[in-house]
Amino acid sequence: MKKVGKTDPQKLYEDIREQAREWSQSRQEKPRVLVGTATCGLAAGALQVKEDFMREIEAKGLDAEVIEVGCIGHCYAEPLAIIAKPGFPPVCYGYLDEGLVHRLVEDFLAGDDPSYEYAMAALERNDEFPTFEDFPRGVYEEKLILEHCGHIDFGKIESYISRDGYSALAKALSGDPGRVLEEVKAANLRGRGGAGFPAGKKWESCLENGEAEKYIICNADEGDPGAFMDRSVLESDPHLVLEGMILCAYAVGARQGYLYIRAEYPRAVKHVREALEQAREKGFLGNSILGTDFSFDLEIFQGSGAFICGEATALVNSMEGKMGMPESRPPRLVQEGFRGKPTVLNNVKTFAYVPLIINRGADWFKETGTAESPGTAVFSLVGKVNNTGLVEVPMGTTLRQLIEEVGDGLPNGRQFKAVQIGGPSGGCLPESSLDVPIDFDSLHEAGAIMGSGGLVVMDQDDCMVAVARYFLEFTQHESCGKCTFCRLGTKHMLDILTGITRGEGDAETLELLKELGEDVRDGSLCNLGRTAPNPVLTTLRYFYDEYKAHIEEGRCPALVCRDLILYYIKPSKCSKLCNVCVGSCPTEAIYTRDDGLKAIDQDKCVKCDNCRKACPTEYDAVIRLSPPVLPAEKERKAK
Amino acid sequence: MSEEITITIDDRQIKTRRGEKLLWAALENDIYIPHLCAIKEEKRPNASCRLCFVEIEGVSRPVTACSREVEEGMAVKTRTPRVDRLVKTGFELLLSDHNLNCRECPANRNCALQVIAKKRRLKLKHNRFKPIEREYELDQSPAEFAFDRSRCVLCGQCIWADRVEAEVGAIGFTNRGIDRVVTTFNNLPLADSICTECKLCVEACPVGALYYKEGQKA
Repeated sequence: MKKVGKTDPQKLYEDIREQAREWSQSRQEKPRVLVGTATCGLAAGALQVKEDFMREIEAKGLDAEVIEVGCIGHCYAEPLAIIAKPGFPPVCYGYLDEGLVHRLVEDFLAGDDPSYEYAMAALERNDEFPTFEDFPRGVYEEKLILEHCGHIDFGKIESYISRDGYSALAKALSGDPGRVLEEVKAANLRGRGGAGFPAGKKWESCLENGEAEKYIICNADEGDPGAFMDRSVLESDPHLVLEGMILCAYAVGARQGYLYIRAEYPRAVKHVREALEQAREKGFLGNSILGTDFSFDLEIFQGSGAFICGEATALVNSMEGKMGMPESRPPRLVQEGFRGKPTVLNNVKTFAYVPLIINRGADWFKETGTAESPGTAVFSLVGKVNNTGLVEVPMGTTLRQLIEEVGDGLPNGRQFKAVQIGGPSGGCLPESSLDVPIDFDSLHEAGAIMGSGGLVVMDQDDCMVAVARYFLEFTQHESCGKCTFCRLGTKHMLDILTGITRGEGDAETLELLKELGEDVRDGSLCNLGRTAPNPVLTTLRYFYDEYKAHIEEGRCPALVCRDLILYYIKPSKCSKLCNVCVGSCPTEAIYTRDDGLKAIDQDKCVKCDNCRKACPTEYDAVIRLSPPVLPAEKERKAK
Repeated sequence: MSEEITITIDDRQIKTRRGEKLLWAALENDIYIPHLCAIKEEKRPNASCRLCFVEIEGVSRPVTACSREVEEGMAVKTRTPRVDRLVKTGFELLLSDHNLNCRECPANRNCALQVIAKKRRLKLKHNRFKPIEREYELDQSPAEFAFDRSRCVLCGQCIWADRVEAEVGAIGFTNRGIDRVVTTFNNLPLADSICTECKLCVEACPVGALYYKEGQKA
């Protein structure tokens, strides 16, 4: 790259980093409390915890700083905070509340007792307390793009720079743009949006297009129920994504880029907006980046939350002010994308890997993961699992390791039934598939997809027919209606599934559901329609007996489908002296019989489950029966 | 664009131009492929009716002929078990949302759906899928024609005629998913909209959704 004047980007960067490090050093001289305030933390009450810390610190007259950081990853233990006090290893605390905050300030910040009995783990090796790496989760986890999430101050670019942030950009700018592309290609970085298309190939096609005007777009339209990886990365470490995008722009020769973030992610939008301003101030973005003649700028485009707008062509249409609907391909976006110009569209996580690859090299990247799917996989682990949260494991880790070790298994002896991967476009895999390694190709073979990384664990209380129906209801609702198979096919599939949850249908119904699912998969215009049948097809494949029980016996084995269950109070278990269930019933369906036992008027019962939850565990008298047939009772005769 | 190339469709060699879409190459050579939404002049095909499936040698899945450009030496089959299955399902899905009272339809014997049914030996009745229950709007406001949405297959031919041929822009697609319809801005009756009643849309409609009122057909 030609230099403007005599400034060397590397030298310029090193000066900026030196300043940032000085700032960071001075900040580390006094105690700091890092509170995890990504959306997950906020929902659990992190702002209150932050206020509590500030109030307590002020009350004690201490010189300590309270800093907001992003997602620390251990969402099950929110609200979380890390206390870093000179002379001690930084320690992470979970399940924080006012009382615990008071104690930590008094004993640790004011005194010298880190209160290890309340600590989760230390963040640096030490002689006193184990680190996260000493727990099973830490053994399996390998944090590449999440390395700084929850540890750096997302509001201060210096925090990122002091950890060598933007050094990949400085390194790249000192050399030829072709080297960035070569490195990304050599790393075999595959797109993390779901399909796993090699990013290097995509960039190369865009570069070779020859048009002078090109665009880079980051797809942050993450919309799968239960997925929050992209949001967390943008909220916690926005500069990492920006740096990846700038590197991409340098490689393909683009001058303008956009971040397509859904408007339902206001915090991500805010953090990225602040990050953009700071990056411009420091000269990493805008005209003559780091003194070179490379110019590139980024803007945020807020999507209105249609699931279909995560699809590449629909996303571009929506940015151009048209209806968010997909187009037939080719032409691909790298040929004819935003405003008809060659466009690179990648997922948040894909861009986040780029600075690491440029800094440490393609060979380093390929050391992690499998030959075909190098690197790591980021999942939002949710559902019936002890340690929910944001996790990053090497590709090739098995589902079993992810659920049992990283997620610490299912809560109190629950029986694993299925794991749903990839959201509404993904599939449900059973126990027998748990040893499938997590990579793009293995998951595809098993019938699921990597997707963008949502992972929901299900147990014996989840009905697979109801789960399939839930996801199909989502995709049917989100269908744009453009093509025949998705518009009408998903509607008929949903109607058939709804019938099955009511016990309607026969073996032919299941055959029709399967055939229609396969045709919607093969016949739809875009990937929303093509993947919509996956939850249905995989549950039919792995849980066929459960479908059969619904239609042949009118029985829901998981006791979920309302039309196939009834609530019943077991006379042998009911305590005559207790009235809790009566009070819990919103429809006055529960009455006291002549013999003092409680019973349910089935005509009034709306199956809300309140009475079953209310019945004290020492009795556990309220049960669900499926098929919905009341048992014959001896006691009744006594009436 | 005018470079001539040779492709094979159903074992027949045909000459066509580079850049041409497979569907038009086939139709120009009297090889039938079912279609509703395809418009030759449209640069980027709609590809929404999903009926023009064919199989191409070396391509793993059936593809839509309207969106596929011809290539020298391409070998295409218009009838394979997989193609027939997709066309049958697509057709039946459209029928599940279509008023099948053909005898009272003004387009009877002049209907693209009837052509597809005849050519592909498909039945013009509800088969595997229950008819979708909903209210369809009927717009009889224009003087000479009417718009019965119970017969609309959402092919978009009328919108092309309205916007590109007539350059009016009175109608368009609105709503999402199963609620997608062709209508005017703010869902006004056609007579109250900017519609000039030029009737090009009526001419373009391949089924009986937009039709001349009795005695009005030019």
